[in-house]
Amino acid sequence: MDNIILSLILVTPLIGALLIALLPDRRTLSAGVALVFALLTFAFTLHLPAHFDNAKLGFQFVQDIPWIASPNIHYHVGVDGLSLWLIVLTGLLAPIGVLASWNTIKDRPKVFYSLFLVQQTAMLGVFVSLDLMLYYGFWELSLLPMAILIAMYGRTLSENGGPNASLRFFLYTFIPSAPLLVAILWLYAKTHSFDFVALQDAISNGTFPAGALLWASLAFLIAFAVKVPVLGLHGWLPDVFQEAPIAGAMVVAGKLGLYSLIRFHVGLFPQQAVKAAPWMIALGAIGVIYGALQALVQKDFWKLLAYGTISSLSFCTLGIYGATLSGLDGAVYQTLNEGIIGAALFVLLGVLYDRASTSQISQYGGFATRTPMLATIFVIASLAMIGLPMLNGFIGEFLVLSSTFTGTSQAWAITATVGVILSAAYMLTLVQRVFYGQQSNLAIAHAPRDLDLREKFILYPLVTLMLIMGVFPNLFLTGIESGLRQTSGGLAYRAVSLCARPGATCGVQATFPVRGGQQ
Amino acid sequence: MTQHLHLWLIPILPFVGFLLNGMLGRRLPKAVVSTIALAFPLASFAVVARAALIFIQVKPQILPWLINYSDWINAGPLHIQFTLALDQLTILMLSIITGVGFLIHLYSVGYMGHEEGYWRYFSYLNLFLFFMTVLVLAGNFLLMFVGWEGVGLASYLLIGFYLDRDSAANAGKKAFVVNRIGDFGFLVGIFLVLANFHSLDFFAINNIIHSNSGISTATFTAIGLCLIVGACGKSAQIPLYVWLPDAMEGPTPVSALIHAATMVTAGVYMIARTHSIFDRAPIALATIAIIGAATAFFAATVGLVQTDIKRVLAYSTISQLGYMFLACGVMAYSAGVFHLMTHAFFKALLFLGAGSVIHGMSNEQDMRKMGGLRKCLPVTCWTMFAAVLAISGIPPFAGFFSKDAILAEAFQAGSLGKILYFVGLATAGLTSFYMFRLWYLTFLGESRSEDHDHHPHESPWSMLLPLVILAILSVCGGWIGYGRFSHLLSPVIGSDIVSPTEASSGSLELILSIVAVAVAALGWFVAHLLYFKPNDRAQKLATSARGIYSLLLHKYWIDELYHAIFVAPLKFISQYILGWIGEGVLIRGSAWVLAGIASLTGELLRRWQSGNLRSYSGWLVAGAAALLLFAAIYANHLGIWIHFDPSKVLPISINPNAAGH
Repeated sequence: MDNIILSLILVTPLIGALLIALLPDRRTLSAGVALVFALLTFAFTLHLPAHFDNAKLGFQFVQDIPWIASPNIHYHVGVDGLSLWLIVLTGLLAPIGVLASWNTIKDRPKVFYSLFLVQQTAMLGVFVSLDLMLYYGFWELSLLPMAILIAMYGRTLSENGGPNASLRFFLYTFIPSAPLLVAILWLYAKTHSFDFVALQDAISNGTFPAGALLWASLAFLIAFAVKVPVLGLHGWLPDVFQEAPIAGAMVVAGKLGLYSLIRFHVGLFPQQAVKAAPWMIALGAIGVIYGALQALVQKDFWKLLAYGTISSLSFCTLGIYGATLSGLDGAVYQTLNEGIIGAALFVLLGVLYDRASTSQISQYGGFATRTPMLATIFVIASLAMIGLPMLNGFIGEFLVLSSTFTGTSQAWAITATVGVILSAAYMLTLVQRVFYGQQSNLAIAHAPRDLDLREKFILYPLVTLMLIMGVFPNLFLTGIESGLRQTSGGLAYRAVSLCARPGATCGVQATFPVRGGQQ
Repeated sequence: MTQHLHLWLIPILPFVGFLLNGMLGRRLPKAVVSTIALAFPLASFAVVARAALIFIQVKPQILPWLINYSDWINAGPLHIQFTLALDQLTILMLSIITGVGFLIHLYSVGYMGHEEGYWRYFSYLNLFLFFMTVLVLAGNFLLMFVGWEGVGLASYLLIGFYLDRDSAANAGKKAFVVNRIGDFGFLVGIFLVLANFHSLDFFAINNIIHSNSGISTATFTAIGLCLIVGACGKSAQIPLYVWLPDAMEGPTPVSALIHAATMVTAGVYMIARTHSIFDRAPIALATIAIIGAATAFFAATVGLVQTDIKRVLAYSTISQLGYMFLACGVMAYSAGVFHLMTHAFFKALLFLGAGSVIHGMSNEQDMRKMGGLRKCLPVTCWTMFAAVLAISGIPPFAGFFSKDAILAEAFQAGSLGKILYFVGLATAGLTSFYMFRLWYLTFLGESRSEDHDHHPHESPWSMLLPLVILAILSVCGGWIGYGRFSHLLSPVIGSDIVSPTEASSGSLELILSIVAVAVAALGWFVAHLLYFKPNDRAQKLATSARGIYSLLLHKYWIDELYHAIFVAPLKFISQYILGWIGEGVLIRGSAWVLAGIASLTGELLRRWQSGNLRSYSGWLVAGAAALLLFAAIYANHLGIWIHFDPSKVLPISINPNAAGH
């Protein structure tokens, strides 16, 4: 079981997609099949944490089959602590995405759910690929269905909203993918291998000229940073959040880009990552504030969520390039948090949009008396987003901020900490405008109903997870840290981050090199 | 041994109450909801009492009793545990929180009886107790921060309890956001502690400090100043006090519990808990003392002219918290905590009394429309009188002892202390004036209510019983605690740098006491002149000093000032500078440029796609030729990656040397 589980995880959604394509184009049928296969995939992903060995070094559940002899491409998949929970998260979000789309996708459900499941395979593939060419294939595959979904199933009533957002998403993500491919091919040209570990060794052994390596690392960095998105490359996000169908929008930002940054930028090019780190740290810290300030003045709640997401994802960037172990822990944790909280908020805003058919915040007001359950869940999700202790958001933020402060830069840590004030301001303003106060004309006219069974079925597990991840973070952190600690086949900063500090003595490659704070 | 204390029950019991009422309360009858809401805090109080008794019997030498329940966060070098700690300070705080808390729960049963969302109210109230007990039981900074933020959440929910009131929603949000500004400081303080002590555990930090670890005064000062920002937020001190007056939008018992007796004292508790840091940071201490004295005086002046009964009490709370800060600032931590305790009694009583008045007057809060209520509300009237005497510092009521202790300590704390002593003394006079003014306006004279059909009624027993108990505590709490108090707390918060000044001359203390009582009596006398019998003296005074009166009435225009210098510019920057220039021009603009390039390329490509088969095949051939040419010239040079070996594909043999390698 262990050696084929990843293939099962990858194939199951594809079979589902194929089946939907063959069956008649009926809403419930397509959605039902999609749900079954999404749940099945999720069940398979749960096999991983159940059988994952935290003490073991290197990748687990590995399957390595030569695929194409020339060029030398392998079907090489495996999991370590870094990808473990991201895979489970991706598995979890699929059934949630299907359920969230249940009533909203009325036209061409067949295409929608097929593409959705293909997208699912692509995302899972990104997390498990250990062969760079395979990885690149999945990476590209994750972009295409999304672009089509956004174009075809745009949410607003404006004629070109969907296609325009899709075009922007396409341009932003595809253009940097081309240099990424060139860089991957260049690495191959020197080593005749796409294997992640082999390339990692080759790079650290000085096989490549340093100058060219910097350019290659930049190609990796930009392709991933756009997908996160890092501040400055986020131009596609507000439009996509406004237009994309909920099931797509909730997975489009964050985890793919952040995972790739850690594994394939920091992991492959530690020396070059150190060079980029000051810039990325600055972008991270400023991004926290910039996103929050923008969220503060948005009039449309999808856009508010977009800028809020940029703000909370910037914590991840800060944690990754802060180059401390607990900061990286925090960054991965925050990536998981963003996936869960973002999904919950997307579903919640989708419920509001479903009830009142507008995303203009000012039209809302006084919904709490009519929809108490919706209000309660919304407040909890907002509090998680704000980083209230005992909910998951706090753990990620605290780890990133405290480790940045103690190990990287006090000034940038303090800058980013200002985000805790601003996040409270914009989220609570949203809560207040929508739920509190006198009942607005909108609330009276639409007489919104409270959460129904399907919506509760989506939201309760997410809220429970927020609480569990806030109170028992070690359930997840142990695995994450085991992945981050590894030097062989892992992604550590190697000795360079120690060497990069003035006056520091360079550590031995074999010891764990990420600065563990002062102990 | 310590495991038998079951400290974890103290927070968990109210939490269970919160869960039960929060999840099922909507469908339960009111009697069940109130039983749940009362039983769990009472049980929690019982656990506290038991722990206190055991503690007193054992007389532990090693303080505090620490109990680790489990790990919370393990990440890299960071190890944070769920640690609960018990010492004299914690026991005292817990007794106040669960004891006064239970009384206020009981009071609420009557007060909130007619409200929609009865269950919601009680679940929030229990949630508050959970977080507040976590705050004081916490054995490390981060767990304290859990309680710290959590009480802010409970406060937010309760201020905004009346969902359909815009003012309540605004006040709740303001409270949370202003508190977050404080939390920002607290967090940075925590980071500094972590960076310098590599631990967040209070007692490990104390050990490091006492072992002369060579940490500089500058570091202590920096940590201290950051923690002060946090304390100012939670305890409503200048400049972050602005949320507390607005917090009166919540139900009155909430104001009594959260915004008077317990939560707002968290800042004082935190300073006392971490006093070994402050003891080594004279600048931070002086800052606390100055902030405290300034806040005490400032808030008292605003309280002089307010007409809303709860607003007067709100400003008086800010003012009294200022006294506690002043005490901490002169290292008289036990005097500060002593005042914290007596204040919890009389201020809870004042708010509950005000609630009883408001309840009896059918939600009238304007004192100008009250008057003559002593006949209709006798119990409320006389219990509140006890509280007024207590807060004004009239002996032998509780406030006299604690306020006197603070002023005496301030007077003996150097030249800065002497200056602040006089500020505190003047504040005492103002306090006495506005409290008697409140009492006279409310209970004496004739009724000024415009609604003659409605007759105010005394509250039910469930509301009066807490009033009576708190009145007894306000009368006796002071002299019982006097003398014993600093002795009780000295193992925990006796300053460990200088010996406490208890042994100072008795005659000086006597003189200071007499002066303080004289000033309080003066305040009472002026209030008596102006408000005992209906007259126009107060009116004349207001018109003769119209400028000052207006300034005080509008609370120094601070809210407007903050809006103009913080909120408005921030919105302007976000909206226009970042929004229009950053998002609009830079981000959008670059996206449009990209889109332009793409569509231009598309246009060119479209020209190519002529649909003409011959032109397509021409391009194909040209492309292939170019590729081959490229390969022939550069393949060897670049070590290009295509290892095409035709012999493996075709069943014929070709000399590999001919293939361009």
